[in-house]
Amino acid sequence: MNALLRLPARNRELALIALALLITTAGFAAVQIARAEALSWSPLIAAALFAAAYLAAHVALRLYLPDADPYVLPITAVLAAIGLIEIHRIDPDLARDQGLWIALGLGLFVAVAVAFRDIRRLESLRYTCGALAVALLLVTIVVGTEVNGARLWIRAAGLQIQPGEFAKILLVVFLAGYLRERREVLAAPARRVLGVGIPALRHALPLLILAGAALVLLVAMNDLGSSLLLFVIALAMVYVATGRLLYVGTGLGLFALGGLAALQIAPQVQTRIDGWLDPWPDEQDSAYQIAQSIYTIADGGVTGAGFGRGLILNDAGGTIIPFAQTDFIYSVIANEMGLVGASAVILLYLLLAWRGFRIATQADDGFSKLLASGLAVAVAFQAFVIVGGVVRLLPLTGLTLPFVSYGGSSVTANFAIAALLLCISQRANRERG
Amino acid sequence: MNARISHLFGAVVVALVALIAMTTYWQVWARGSLEARQSNVRLVYRDLEIERGAIISADGIVLADSEPGRLDGRDVFLRRYPEQGLAAQLVGYSSLLAGRAGLERSLDPELTGSTSDLAGVRNSFDRMRGDTVRGDDVVLRLVAAAQQTAMDRLREAGRAGSVVVLDPSNGGVLVMASTPTFDPNEGLVEALDAPGSPLLNRATQGLYPPGSTFKVVTAASALDNGVVEVSTEFPAGDCIETGGQELCNFNGKDPGEHDFGYALVHSVNTTLATVGIELGDERLEATMAGFGFFKRIPWDYPADQNLASGIYNRRGNQVRPGANVDEARLAIGQERLLATPLQMALVAAAVANGGQLVQPQAVQEVRAPDGSVTRRPQAVFLGRAMTTETAGELRLLMRQVVDEGTGATAAVEGLDVAGKTGTAETGEEGLNDAWFIGFAPASAPRYAIAVLVERTAGTGGDVAAPIAADVLRTLSGS
Repeated sequence: MNALLRLPARNRELALIALALLITTAGFAAVQIARAEALSWSPLIAAALFAAAYLAAHVALRLYLPDADPYVLPITAVLAAIGLIEIHRIDPDLARDQGLWIALGLGLFVAVAVAFRDIRRLESLRYTCGALAVALLLVTIVVGTEVNGARLWIRAAGLQIQPGEFAKILLVVFLAGYLRERREVLAAPARRVLGVGIPALRHALPLLILAGAALVLLVAMNDLGSSLLLFVIALAMVYVATGRLLYVGTGLGLFALGGLAALQIAPQVQTRIDGWLDPWPDEQDSAYQIAQSIYTIADGGVTGAGFGRGLILNDAGGTIIPFAQTDFIYSVIANEMGLVGASAVILLYLLLAWRGFRIATQADDGFSKLLASGLAVAVAFQAFVIVGGVVRLLPLTGLTLPFVSYGGSSVTANFAIAALLLCISQRANRERG
Repeated sequence: MNARISHLFGAVVVALVALIAMTTYWQVWARGSLEARQSNVRLVYRDLEIERGAIISADGIVLADSEPGRLDGRDVFLRRYPEQGLAAQLVGYSSLLAGRAGLERSLDPELTGSTSDLAGVRNSFDRMRGDTVRGDDVVLRLVAAAQQTAMDRLREAGRAGSVVVLDPSNGGVLVMASTPTFDPNEGLVEALDAPGSPLLNRATQGLYPPGSTFKVVTAASALDNGVVEVSTEFPAGDCIETGGQELCNFNGKDPGEHDFGYALVHSVNTTLATVGIELGDERLEATMAGFGFFKRIPWDYPADQNLASGIYNRRGNQVRPGANVDEARLAIGQERLLATPLQMALVAAAVANGGQLVQPQAVQEVRAPDGSVTRRPQAVFLGRAMTTETAGELRLLMRQVVDEGTGATAAVEGLDVAGKTGTAETGEEGLNDAWFIGFAPASAPRYAIAVLVERTAGTGGDVAAPIAADVLRTLSGS
């Protein structure tokens, strides 16, 4: 027991988690004070559950991954806490659910940490993961239901599940395994055409299929965000594996061409692009969400309205921006926490990505490096696409903000990513001594 | 691989920093201009802390008022519309979901007590002290009972339509009905894209070919310019040739030899077209301008919710006066001539009040919270549409239309109704825009009316004139 307490990394982690819990408590108190009408025990229960789950996860790390990176878990704690507080502010009932999802997500976190504390076990499952990813996406396309215009959900046992969130992780695992295997042949091509190295078709074929599949997804799911995310993750991993910008450039070009073609057949995508280029003519109908998002963000100013003090709900009891608790949670954060708080959230993603990439560089095998890079890109780029959408830097898409947005699939999947990163980190740190 | 991982991290840094830059742009740079946008519902929200004044009809029916409530954790005043769709387009709405429209928008400074006069200054002190600010109440000239009749009759007609009644002596808007309507309490969001555009105030934003009702304007121009007199004789005939095309009377009827007065009362197309050719487009358009055509009518309603009546090309843009038009067809209300029901009510009002173009007036008085009257608008005349003599002659002729002509169904027992019907083809087989314009009592008019029913199988006499009769009956209490 004494040895456990003297682990310097884990002690740092505990201190940071304690800080995150302090922020959580203060945030809940602020919302409670600002919104006296909703005085109830539910936020306290949610906060207690939140604290208990994080402390349990921390203990699990002490036991199973004692040498893993000490910053990943506290970063997720602050992000999840900010999300939970804003969701509570939107609707206390949703916050109760979200508290449960976070607890469940941390449960999955521990399970993954235990199961894959030797990360090489995962490498042998690469093809299983690839097949599973494709199956999940196919199921979504076939039996999926549309929410907010995009077909990203399936309904099962009274729950709405977003399989894309899990397919994303499985795909990263598959790609990490596949690319480690074929790295050399892809990087050093067999033939040269006009001085440009072209890999043998049998090596590149799976990647081409992947590119095509992403475009099919774009049309079938009617969502630019999911397919762009999957595609960019794949390209980033190909780049790390081969270092060949040719693949990245060709891939992006193909995606752009396919995207233009998709515009002709997917009206939702066209609407989103129109709303992105100029929302104001349609701000009462097709561009309503993005326009309200911008008004909400602008209203926050530099310092924000304060937790629970912004204008988020309308007179019908719903949120002014539809889907404020999921797609537009960043707009709510920017409104109540201002530029200061919103920037802090973005910087937390930057920190998380930094830890992820650092874990990748410290790992000493190709699979771990590729897996960690892919996971780091997955979280950071997803945050970029959805926040880019709500601040009108990119066309609006239906992605969730990792750890922050309301939703069981998103929350649990992202905790699985955090756990995988820590498994890789454990192995790298232990071997470094 | 580590170098490439660093490159990837570099790309992530650039992407995420771009997000912070964009957030900064909205929250620091663009914040002011976004807050000033009328369509920003946050403006409406800020005003919810003000007890917005009530909007009340002349006969004491509350059309809009405020009640205390809670919204997103604060004490606010929420807007209620007790009469729902009764005068929804005229009154408009002040809504978190849809912003503001109608009188709720144009009278906003008074309703929120933020005028620039003494009362407004007092209110801003209250606001600084954190006291509840109470806006002024607005009493309209609208007669709710007659508005109700108009809405009921239009609904019974089963077609979209509009009724406008003005007081010809001061422009008071006594009725302004438009169907289909919506419930501003509940139905605003659905109404935004409901079929039939219920948010559209057809009285001011609906443009329709005025058909034969426009002959009143042609006659005014001809009489004023001395082109004809009431007794000028015209030959018999069912059709004339103009612009290389035949122009015929309704149902190809030959009225026989007749005078100009008969031609107006019995709506003889050939005669009015002949007069139009003799007048020429310049003189006719000058008269039209005197009646208020070609420009948005200025009154206490948001300017962008008023459309100008005039001649429109196929792309829906207004053709400036002086452009090449077929004056024969213009004279009988065709030639892509489009008019709002409010414009045609102003034509009726000008005949009724001795030839003046009167400015419509929605507001009877504005009352401060303490009951004192802060504003009582005076009648405004925008100019002369025709001479008093011409108006007198037209008054007699329009009386005959109801007595013995196409407008017989507008007659009301004990109330001398004068008017003119119109039946304009819509271009769709068997569907007309049916009109009636008129005034009552003919000897000393108190009401000038325009009724329009869209896309109906009936004529102005069948469909529009009976609605006018019912509304005038309610107004006169007979």
